[in-house]
Amino acid sequence: MTAEVAARTGISTTTRFSPAWLAERLQGVVLHVAVIGLTVAWMVPAAGLLISSFRPFTAINSSGWWTALAPPYNFTLDNYVKVLQSSNMGHSLFNSFMITIPAVVIPITIAAFAAYAFAWMKFPGRDWIFLALVGLLAVPLQLSFIPVLKVFVSIGLVVQNWGFVGVWLAHTGYGLPFSIYLLANFFRALPSDLFESAEIDGAGTLTVFFRIVLPLSVPAVASLVIFQFLWIWNDLLVALIYVGGTASVAPLTVTLANLTNSLGQGYNLLTAAAFISMIVPLVVFLTLQRYFVRGILAGSVKG
Amino acid sequence: MSSVSYDHVVKRYTSDLTVVKDFNVEIADKEFMVLVGPSGCGKSTALRMLAGLETITEGEIRIGDKVVNHLAAKDRDIAMVFQSYALYPHMSVYDNMAFPLQMKKMKKSEIDKRVKQASGILGLDNFLKRKPKALSGGQRQRVALGRAIVRNPKVFLLDEPLSNLDAKLRGQTRVELQKLHRDLETTFIYVTHDQVEAMTMGDRIAIMNAGILQQVGAPGEIYDHPANLFVAGFIGSPSMNLVPVTTQNGNAKAPGFDIKLPKPVSAEKGILGFRPEALTDRVADDGATLEMKVEVVERLGSDQFLYGTVGGEMVTARVDPRMKVAPGDQARLGLDLRGIHLFDAETEKALL
Repeated sequence: MTAEVAARTGISTTTRFSPAWLAERLQGVVLHVAVIGLTVAWMVPAAGLLISSFRPFTAINSSGWWTALAPPYNFTLDNYVKVLQSSNMGHSLFNSFMITIPAVVIPITIAAFAAYAFAWMKFPGRDWIFLALVGLLAVPLQLSFIPVLKVFVSIGLVVQNWGFVGVWLAHTGYGLPFSIYLLANFFRALPSDLFESAEIDGAGTLTVFFRIVLPLSVPAVASLVIFQFLWIWNDLLVALIYVGGTASVAPLTVTLANLTNSLGQGYNLLTAAAFISMIVPLVVFLTLQRYFVRGILAGSVKG
Repeated sequence: MSSVSYDHVVKRYTSDLTVVKDFNVEIADKEFMVLVGPSGCGKSTALRMLAGLETITEGEIRIGDKVVNHLAAKDRDIAMVFQSYALYPHMSVYDNMAFPLQMKKMKKSEIDKRVKQASGILGLDNFLKRKPKALSGGQRQRVALGRAIVRNPKVFLLDEPLSNLDAKLRGQTRVELQKLHRDLETTFIYVTHDQVEAMTMGDRIAIMNAGILQQVGAPGEIYDHPANLFVAGFIGSPSMNLVPVTTQNGNAKAPGFDIKLPKPVSAEKGILGFRPEALTDRVADDGATLEMKVEVVERLGSDQFLYGTVGGEMVTARVDPRMKVAPGDQARLGLDLRGIHLFDAETEKALL
């Protein structure tokens, strides 16, 4: 009880400088050091990348990025300008969006319906099918490249004819098991009284899905969107296989990889390009973060 | 017509798990019927079969003249209040109450009229814009009631609606529900495990135990004439005194007892039952007297309960609060023979 009060008010109830008081303080200190330490460790490379991207080529080649933090300051936007102009970066950015957005929307839409069925509808073999689906999580996707690509080629589902449809389908397939698994677990945790109440109120399956399940699952769907978005945005392998490196269709990751090859040492451009590709998922994450509302179910059942 | 009848209804989950056995009840139009019994007795299942949330294994349930066995829940014209309230947490109070009407594709103006009317009855006018999480337990409970009222259903089903409220609020809501029943003039079916709720609210009570209907009747009738040992022990607080006796020549005998029964019975072994208020400090002219060894004295102001033993059997007596008695005393108490019951020790059925 006293510990609870102390935690709530932030006032320690133990005597100052007693062993308990010290332990309490130390716990806080250790926790803070660990959190701050980890944050710094993760932030340093990103900060280095950001600073380097604003430095001229000569400076990058001759000194470390941290030297830029002391005068004389020597920053430039040249790298960004060059990248966006010369290296097909603008078009790649567009391609990346063209690949990523449908490849996020399609699997999550399908997964939401499927997860609802797995969680709340009774049909024969439900548990076995779900188990098989979870099993698919363990299959490495590299295993599927050659057979799937063969099928795509044989039915003419290639980038020249169908644009990005092939890669959308591939990402849908790769994303579904995890999406269904995550959403089904979340849906299952919704109180059954809600569904029964809605049933008596006259809501059909689709109405229950759209008006009750989906609004209550916003946190789960938002986190899934972030996962899937990051994975597809940062994906090089799947894009390279199903889309290829042609400039007109290559996404950002593929263009970035090509940049290293063609420009060799000129990694001043690479830093700017990398930062452009990083900024998009960052924005997506920060925008969706506010949907992680804790206690979204509060007030539904029990007093 | 919104009577409800259960006709030989059975609910079986597996071949050896039957939770409701041959359930037969006729519930009249506008009646307040309470299904009561200990937890796991099948009362909620009986209600859920009527609501359409559980399938009916055998038998028929009718609402009015219509068999509803294969009718979807939404087409049965019933409304249900859940123990957990089951409010839609992302919707405002107004939308929660409007939801069933929106599902019926009712006109907006009509929805608005009905919701306002229900919120007026329930005193929720100031909370219509709030989300359920910003309401107290009692208010949430009223929103759940409101959602049922707006539909103007043929039958109201209430599944332990008061058990999440604190004691004081429960007492108030009990009264409000009875008033609501009078005002709405609709059939209410109310499930509870609390025999006080059953006694105070029901026009009639149906008592269940282990999936079997034990007795149906008005509260007073059940209290005065329990059909079997289970009902006798379940209804009434403190519960009825039950003492094993042997019967001979129209007398019931046990250590410390020798009572002349009002009429001779056939069984040899029985269980004598009498409520605490039949055992008092007044000795009736034609009554019997018992010697009680008092162990605990409970003074409630209006009443005084004595807990002790008569011939080794635990017995409770309700005596005048002015009677001076202390734990350890021997008290001479009178048993009113008009208040005795006798149950067959084998079949547990009432013999008197």
